[in-house]
Amino acid sequence: MVQITSALPIAKMVGSNRVVLGHGIVHVAGDASLSFQEEKELRRNLVLDALKALQSAEKE
Amino acid sequence: MRVVHYLNQFFGGVGGEERAGMRLEEREGAAGPGRLLEQLLGGNAKIVKTLVCGDNYAVEHQDEVIASVLKKVQEAKAELFIAGPCFEAGRYGMISGALCSAVQSELAIPVVTAMAGENPGADLYREALYIIDSGPSSAKMRDVLVKMAELAKKLVAREEIGLPGEEGYLRRGLIRDEFVEQTAAKRLVDMVMAKVTGGPFESEMVPTSFEPIPMPPAVKDLSKARVMLITDGGLVPKGNPDRIEGSAATRWGAYSIEGLDDLKGDDYEISHGGYDPRFVQEDPDRLVPLDAMREMEREGKIGKLHNEFLSTSGLANPLSNTRRIGREMAEKVKKEGIDAVILTST
Repeated sequence: MVQITSALPIAKMVGSNRVVLGHGIVHVAGDASLSFQEEKELRRNLVLDALKALQSAEKE
Repeated sequence: MRVVHYLNQFFGGVGGEERAGMRLEEREGAAGPGRLLEQLLGGNAKIVKTLVCGDNYAVEHQDEVIASVLKKVQEAKAELFIAGPCFEAGRYGMISGALCSAVQSELAIPVVTAMAGENPGADLYREALYIIDSGPSSAKMRDVLVKMAELAKKLVAREEIGLPGEEGYLRRGLIRDEFVEQTAAKRLVDMVMAKVTGGPFESEMVPTSFEPIPMPPAVKDLSKARVMLITDGGLVPKGNPDRIEGSAATRWGAYSIEGLDDLKGDDYEISHGGYDPRFVQEDPDRLVPLDAMREMEREGKIGKLHNEFLSTSGLANPLSNTRRIGREMAEKVKKEGIDAVILTST
C-alpha cells in the first residue's frame, strides 16, 4: 500500500511505510489554482509517483 | 462465586510446544496458576472449571474455540471468567483477549486477563478489556495473580475501578471526568516549572504509541497487478447510502466505478467534517484519482483497476473503530485478490 497524503506527520506517526506527499488537505490529488489540463498533468505525475513507491522496497 | 479459568497447554500442565496442537479440554476445579488464583480471590470463590487448549489449535480454530468456551462458561454458571496470565506468549495473548472479549459481550460477566504490553493480544484488546500488565517474565506470576484477583473482585462487586497505574492494568484509552484541586492552567504551569527545575511531574496526556508495521514487499510487476483505490476523505455516492458518519465513523463503503473514466461532483458528496470539501465536491478525482488511474490502466502501467473504491471518513475516530475498519478493509482487499492499494488521506 502507498498512502498519498498532505498530513505527513500523521502518516509518520501511525507508521505508514510508503508515503507520497499530496497537494494539500483540501485537494490531496489535485490543485484548484491550476487550469484543468495542468491539474490533470499534476494528478498524473502524483499517481506515477505512487506507482513508483509501490515498486520500491525502500521506505520513503 | 463461580469462576472459569482458561489456560494454554503449557500453564495447564499438559506440555510445551509439542502439545500446542491440542484441542480444548476441560478439567474440574483449579489447575496450574489457578490454584493460587483461587486462594487470592478468597472468600467463597471457586474455580469450578479450568479450560485448557493448545496455542496453535486455539489460534487456528479461533471461532470454534470461542464458541465452545462460551458454551462451557455458560453451562458452568460462571460469574467471573479469567484467562492467563499470558506474559509475552503471543498466541496465548491473542486467544485470551478474544475469549475475554467474547465472554464479556456475549455473557455479560466480568472478565480479566493479563499479558505484557508488547503482547500482540494487548494491542488488539486493551481498549475493550481490563488487561493486567504482567510484564514479560513468568517469574512474577504471584504478583500478577494478586493484581488480577484484586481487580476481578472489584469488577464482580461492581466497585469503582481506579486508574491504570493504581490497578496495574494496561491503558485502555478511556477518558473520564475527575474532580481535581487546581485548574488546567495552574497544573500546566506547575508541570513546566517542575520540568525546568528538574523536579518530578506526571503528564496528564500520554500520546498513543503505534506498533511498527513491517513494510510489505515491493510489487514485482505492476503491469499485471490489480490495484484498488481507498480513501479516508469521506467521498460517498449522493445520498450517502451507507450513512457513513462525518466524524468518528463506524462504517465504510465500497462503491462501483465500473465503466467510469472520471468522477463527477454531481454524483457524489463528502461525509467528512474535518476539511473544506468544496474542491473535492467540484471534482472528486481530486480525492479519488480515477481519471489518472484509468490512464495508467490504458497505458498498461497497471494490470487492472479494481471496479470499486473503498471509502470512510477519517476524523476524530477512536482507534478501536479505525482498527476494526482497517481490518475489515484488509479482508476485502484480500478477498478481491488485490495486489496493491493506493490510499488517499485528507
